[in-house]
Amino acid sequence: MKIEAYVAGIGVLGPGLDGWPSSRAVLAGERPYQPLPTVLPVPTLLSATERRRTGRVIRLALAIAVEAVAHAGLEAAQLRSVFTSSTGDGQNCHELCESLAQPAPEISPTRFANSVHNAAAGYWSIATSAMQPSTVLCAFDASFCAGLLEALVQVAVDEEPILLVSYDADYPPPMSAKRPVPDAFGTALVLTPRRGPGSLARLEGKLCNESFDRLAGPLEALRGSNPAARSLPLLRHLAIGRRARTVIEYLDGSSLAVDVEPCA
Amino acid sequence: MTPLVLSKFTATSCIGRGTVQTLQSLSGERSGLAPCRFETVRLDTHVGEVAGVDAQGLPQEWRRYDCRNNRLAEIGLEQDGFIAAVEEAAHRLGRARVGMFLGTSTAGILQTELAYRARDPLTGALPEAFDYAGTHNTFSVAAYMRRRLRLEGPAVVVSCACASSAKVFGAAQRMIEAGLIDAALVGGVDSLCLTTLYGFHSLQLCAAGPCRPFDVARDGISIGEAAAFALLERPSDRTASNDVLLLGVGESNDAYHMSAPHPEGRGARLAMEAALLDAGLEPGAIDYINLHGTGTPSNDRSESHAVTSVFGTSTPCSSTKGATGHALGAAGALEAVISALALQHSLMPGGVNTEHVDEALTARYIRHNRGAALTRVLTNSFGFGGTNCSLILGRAG
Repeated sequence: MKIEAYVAGIGVLGPGLDGWPSSRAVLAGERPYQPLPTVLPVPTLLSATERRRTGRVIRLALAIAVEAVAHAGLEAAQLRSVFTSSTGDGQNCHELCESLAQPAPEISPTRFANSVHNAAAGYWSIATSAMQPSTVLCAFDASFCAGLLEALVQVAVDEEPILLVSYDADYPPPMSAKRPVPDAFGTALVLTPRRGPGSLARLEGKLCNESFDRLAGPLEALRGSNPAARSLPLLRHLAIGRRARTVIEYLDGSSLAVDVEPCA
Repeated sequence: MTPLVLSKFTATSCIGRGTVQTLQSLSGERSGLAPCRFETVRLDTHVGEVAGVDAQGLPQEWRRYDCRNNRLAEIGLEQDGFIAAVEEAAHRLGRARVGMFLGTSTAGILQTELAYRARDPLTGALPEAFDYAGTHNTFSVAAYMRRRLRLEGPAVVVSCACASSAKVFGAAQRMIEAGLIDAALVGGVDSLCLTTLYGFHSLQLCAAGPCRPFDVARDGISIGEAAAFALLERPSDRTASNDVLLLGVGESNDAYHMSAPHPEGRGARLAMEAALLDAGLEPGAIDYINLHGTGTPSNDRSESHAVTSVFGTSTPCSSTKGATGHALGAAGALEAVISALALQHSLMPGGVNTEHVDEALTARYIRHNRGAALTRVLTNSFGFGGTNCSLILGRAG
């Protein structure tokens, strides 16, 4: 079976990368890259109560998901989803562990509910009324690749459109010393089984042992320091818009080769 | 879906190490729940703790993965000849053709919780020996097992709270269907930690005594821990009539609330219907339902509503969490193994601890074991964030 899908929408947010249109220009080399701190928008699709309960990671995931779905012009409620993250909500985890280290531990119900790895996917489904199947993955540094593979396989096998949301953000100290992730970065893709009028490119994936692609300069630093930013070589080819093959770092020397074929 | 065979399976929980002990406990209607004496936790609740986890060692070369969760994984792997079965499959099919799909909710977070008690008083730094990737990270259990078993295929952790290790069956099935792998190690490992004990306590969802799913006086869950695994592959001429097949997987979202189920079990109903559709079966083809049945008033009400809306009120069902406790991210795989044992041994396990079934719950709850030839069983797993998964298992012949 061919592991292929069409890219219908893209969302990007990270240091100096504020949405797909401007990121596309940076990744295509039309504009210089300026690695400014990531600006996370307020998640307007959540109710005021829920908004207060969400931290940086959930805001990151929701922002890129919103952008990708809007770009694709599809209904969020109709889309399956794959969320993937190495870290989940590091700030929330830190605060939980601090509370639990007290002689008489006490933690807030909201902090506990937000501690699940699928918190962002849960808020997304509630906010968009999406009842379609959704899964939430982790493969440490390979989390983006594992998510892309799962999304491509779902499209190939079940022939339904899907939203892939890959996101990771920084831990506060002291965890940051053990797991340094400099800032928040995320990529979302809407993938469809068939070519549509708005399709950007066809992707075809294949597991391999080829050496993976790197970028140059500060973009390579970002790729190497945030697990979700391992998507950057693929985004770069989508930005350039020429037929290309990119190899994404997976587990222990294995890789995912992706053939990118622009639809324009 | 095209059916797959569970060519090997095993489970370790508070009711036993491996399938023989697990079956004995189920046959004897025994519960493994006991008052919580875990670590420093003195909450008024019962837990399903696996005995001897602290005494378990990991092979020398894998010490960086040493934590309660990976010790429990190691205990689980050592039962029922599971390691040998994985090795045989890897040898037969190729190491890169065996995938690994594991569910966990908290992985080895206990290691981090303990490390936060041992921070440097001056700098606040965590102890030198704390290994983030090997113990804390959600993927750590898969990282450990992939190296331990020398598998080279795709590997991923599904972390969808308490539906995690049911959903791994779907992920594995799709990848086999797509032709990327020929077999998959699926399962779940989740272990006791402070986050879940104090967390569920903060939500007032922990029962004081042993949990009593579907009881009129049910008052919450008992947290458990488990390691449960299965080897999934395409049926072959080696498949025997007593083997168990995966026939269908159904997944959905409630899209309702982060920590409470939809009152009418909207998402649960969708998951069960999707599993039936995936298996090409009518509701009447299911002989027994292993419920999610956590024992909280709202969960059981919601699930009973959903079950009744799909199956009516005559399909026998029960929750085995009165025996095992709620193994959270490992519950789906644990209950898939219990369902497989039920099929092989013609046993509908009764819901232990439950004394007076809540009459408001219309699903046909069985409190005691029943011997009955079973052909197909459905098992439910639902989690925080409103994530749902139903599996259908059946006898090969």
